[in-house]
Amino acid sequence: MNTAVGLLTSTSEWQDIAPLLSVRELNKFYAPGKGCGDINFDLYPGEVLGIVGESGSGKSTLLSCLSARLTPDSGNVIYNSEQFGEMDLYDCEESMRRVLMRSEWGIVHQHARDGLRMNVSAGANIGERLMAVGERHYGQIRTKAEEWLTAVEIDTGRIDDRPSQFSGGMQQRLQIARNLVTHPKLIFMDEPTGGLDVSVQAKLLDLLRNLVSRLGLSVIIVTHDLAVARLLAHRLMVMRRGEVVETGLTDQVLDDPQHPYTQLLVSSILQN
Amino acid sequence: MTANPLMIDVSGVEKAFTLHNQGGASFGVLDNASLQVQAGECVVLHGQSGAGKSTFLKALYANYSVDGGAIRLRDGEQMVEITSALPRRIIALRRQTLGYVSQFLRVIPRVPTLEVVMQPLLDLGVDAAICEAKAKDLLQRLNVPERLWSLAPGTFSGGEQQRVNIARGFIVDYPILLLDEPTASLDATNRKVVVELIREAKARGAAVVGIFHDEDVREAVADRLVDIKAI
Repeated sequence: MNTAVGLLTSTSEWQDIAPLLSVRELNKFYAPGKGCGDINFDLYPGEVLGIVGESGSGKSTLLSCLSARLTPDSGNVIYNSEQFGEMDLYDCEESMRRVLMRSEWGIVHQHARDGLRMNVSAGANIGERLMAVGERHYGQIRTKAEEWLTAVEIDTGRIDDRPSQFSGGMQQRLQIARNLVTHPKLIFMDEPTGGLDVSVQAKLLDLLRNLVSRLGLSVIIVTHDLAVARLLAHRLMVMRRGEVVETGLTDQVLDDPQHPYTQLLVSSILQN
Repeated sequence: MTANPLMIDVSGVEKAFTLHNQGGASFGVLDNASLQVQAGECVVLHGQSGAGKSTFLKALYANYSVDGGAIRLRDGEQMVEITSALPRRIIALRRQTLGYVSQFLRVIPRVPTLEVVMQPLLDLGVDAAICEAKAKDLLQRLNVPERLWSLAPGTFSGGEQQRVNIARGFIVDYPILLLDEPTASLDATNRKVVVELIREAKARGAAVVGIFHDEDVREAVADRLVDIKAI
């Protein structure tokens, strides 16, 4: 029955939108079981993909390969660039990758000091990215830096202070502001709330959630915290020993896990 | 009278749970479950605790996967087969078509009550003033005191959180509404409000599938009672 009604699974308009990032047969191993292998997925505009799994499962290795920071042993990462069109990240000029990193992409590191310049002011940290994409007007750079400090809830009176004088939570928010100022399309995040107090985590998560939905960002976020994944990610990839063992809609993976390892992960969370 | 359009079309759904870390114990919950629901109709599921009512409802929301069968939900002119749809298709469906209300509020840290309630409608691009007016109206009808609206619901009593969650669930006029015991432990006054909300949803053409333990609510809203073991 109902054959007259068009069946919509992955057809029609849903196939007309091109993926922002396509990963095919990606492999990167340091040693057997150390690294990641056989990775395949598409990320669509506006999607937030969470990569979860325990320490050493290959999450961060995968993230580095996806964000052009670590050359894989084999496989393709195809990115649909605003400036360059469809491009294979590891079959293009090094200079193109560098342009992507400072314009269309953002990378939020677990340790803010890896993503910030600790010896220049907060304003300069934000301004540097703007100058890298050609902004030259000092007044405009400062105005934009102030706007973004406000957006991440840092008092603009702190604009001339160095990040080394900021708390861990503020440093993390400054790192986010520095990344978002160039209006990137794709953000890579590696444990963005790791190492922060729980109260600070909640504030940062709420901020991220709002920014992601308001700006329509595509995000790939690595986390071992399933609560963070539930709050931010639309869908999940569960990794174990370098392989993806389960993938799907976030709440489906967390509430009805199929793979033994995912069941173990989910059942290990303390219930309140 | 012309027949109302079919909104929910479930056929032959199978669902078993396998607990890999508890000796691989496996138990079947749904066996060849089928159900059709039309626009404007409210189907109430009944059956003993543990019979699979909630599992069935969660499968309709794509919160649980199924092992076999088909679940098709109407989205405008099309029927979407949710058992094989891509995550982003399900998310789009949930955003505008498919509502789910349980008795539990998943609290988002720091977000004030009024915003918690407004959010689903805001996400559809509706003007903030309209969202706010509708959220206030719902909170008022559900007797959530106005002094609480600007506070995050994390610290509210269970009953208050539950009513905030109901307001959030009814702010969008979803064409399909799934209700998993939203009235459990509500007092009679508030149960009556929820009954009114469900009747209003039916009147605008929503297809409703619900689980209610209160007999008065069941009597007041159900067009059909369906035994989960028989579907």
